[in-house]
Amino acid sequence: MSETAKMRVFRGDAESGDWQDYEVETEEGQVVLDVIHTIQATEAPDLAVRWNCKAGKCGSCSAEINGEPRLMCMTRMNLYEPGEQITVAPMKTWPLIRDLVTDVSFNYEVAKTIPTFKPRAPEADGTYRMMQEDIERGQEFRKCIECFLCQNVCHVIRDHPENKPDFAGPRFFVRLAELEMHPLDTEDRLELARQDAGVGYCNITKCCTEVCPEEIHITDNAIIPLKERVADRYFDPIRWLGSKLFGRG
Amino acid sequence: MAQAVAAPLRRGFLTTLRQDRWWVEPALVFVSLSLFFGWLTVSIIMDFGPMGHYEVEGTHLLTPVFEPTWLSMINADWEGAWYLSPGFIVLIGPVPFRATCYYYRRAYYRSYFLSPPACAVGDVGPTYKGESTFPLIMQNLHRYVMYVAVVFVPLLWIGAIRSMYVPGEGWGFGIGSALLLVNAFLLMMYTFSCHSLRHFVGGGLNCFSCSAFTRARKRVWDYVSIWNENHRFWAWSSLLVIVTVDVYIRLVANGHITDPNTWSHF
Repeated sequence: MSETAKMRVFRGDAESGDWQDYEVETEEGQVVLDVIHTIQATEAPDLAVRWNCKAGKCGSCSAEINGEPRLMCMTRMNLYEPGEQITVAPMKTWPLIRDLVTDVSFNYEVAKTIPTFKPRAPEADGTYRMMQEDIERGQEFRKCIECFLCQNVCHVIRDHPENKPDFAGPRFFVRLAELEMHPLDTEDRLELARQDAGVGYCNITKCCTEVCPEEIHITDNAIIPLKERVADRYFDPIRWLGSKLFGRG
Repeated sequence: MAQAVAAPLRRGFLTTLRQDRWWVEPALVFVSLSLFFGWLTVSIIMDFGPMGHYEVEGTHLLTPVFEPTWLSMINADWEGAWYLSPGFIVLIGPVPFRATCYYYRRAYYRSYFLSPPACAVGDVGPTYKGESTFPLIMQNLHRYVMYVAVVFVPLLWIGAIRSMYVPGEGWGFGIGSALLLVNAFLLMMYTFSCHSLRHFVGGGLNCFSCSAFTRARKRVWDYVSIWNENHRFWAWSSLLVIVTVDVYIRLVANGHITDPNTWSHF
């Protein structure tokens, strides 16, 4: 059974823009991205929208739907009341290119600053062995699809863009935690986490966890453990005293 | 109709495109925390007035806010020199434990600091440094108050069990004791589901399988992780119950109500 959806989509760029209203016939089971495509196909062929897999795995179609950061392809239309006006806006934290497309290159630049996996020397037979229990924490983090919704919703940079040079953001705390917890890795990234990545800026209000489409427990399983590891190193007077007395912490 | 130009890009306090009632949760948390901690603040200094008695006379039915009553012993020794309410004992463990708790931080940063009040809603203040500078960098001390808070867990269990014994009359059971047992259980679960404890018991390890000791720590970490998933529930339920028990025992101790029990005389 088809219904008419009332869509309000942002059209414009960083210099100027406006809301544009569309009334679109929808079919049962459609998602917001389907409706955006219908608008493209019928009324606004120049509507800019980034998308790829339409299956919640490529992380391309992030947007703010009724003000909530979401993947358009994973947001079903029946979440909303019939006749309810649905606003679709670009992610707020990144520079707007046009319409619903933003420039997320900040994230790629941050990614370059994180030292990659550096394994210890292989065992005598030239192989590495890991037990499942040692790597399953990291497997949760590997689900990340880099949609950057967590980065977008984080108020540290969303409301304070001046913090961008000093704050890596939740996605990269997930990456840092994954590498730091890896049983084979030998690189030390705690100084990076504390200083350049600015894990101390996070006040754990958990918005990153709330918006994650992969339901990664970003705050509980990545950021807080990272904060605790930083506390081990830098905010633990007992360990500090031990390092002074015995040369180790 | 069209709204202001470039509305999605606008920043500022409470700026949002959200259309749901996002303000309900922070408002409820603000009211609830204010009520509960407001009462507890009054309670720790209130050993006078119509609700002043905090222990039922002739019994061990003592409000958990004053458990243990070590400060009473200090007062007895230093009588006349100065006075500390026995309730101040909570200031060395339970209060700073909750104040620096990762869950309560989320709650009060949203509801009191409005930083941010809700997800995708503009936060307050022109600048933000979070917990990277003083004073909020002191939140890193959470692990130390956790160590102290752990000591209170057996003390509260001992207090709850002791309440079932009335000198001269022997063992029995009443609503007051039942509430103290529930309180001790919830406080234990709140403490044992702590994020810092989770890190302490095993979260700081990179290799769980490396030795018998690390495998044992992994098993403890698994349990704490399960409890940790419900840390918010334990935080709220233990807070609600400690306030309830405190009010109940004060009502009994001050003769406003009678505690139904097997001794049936108070």
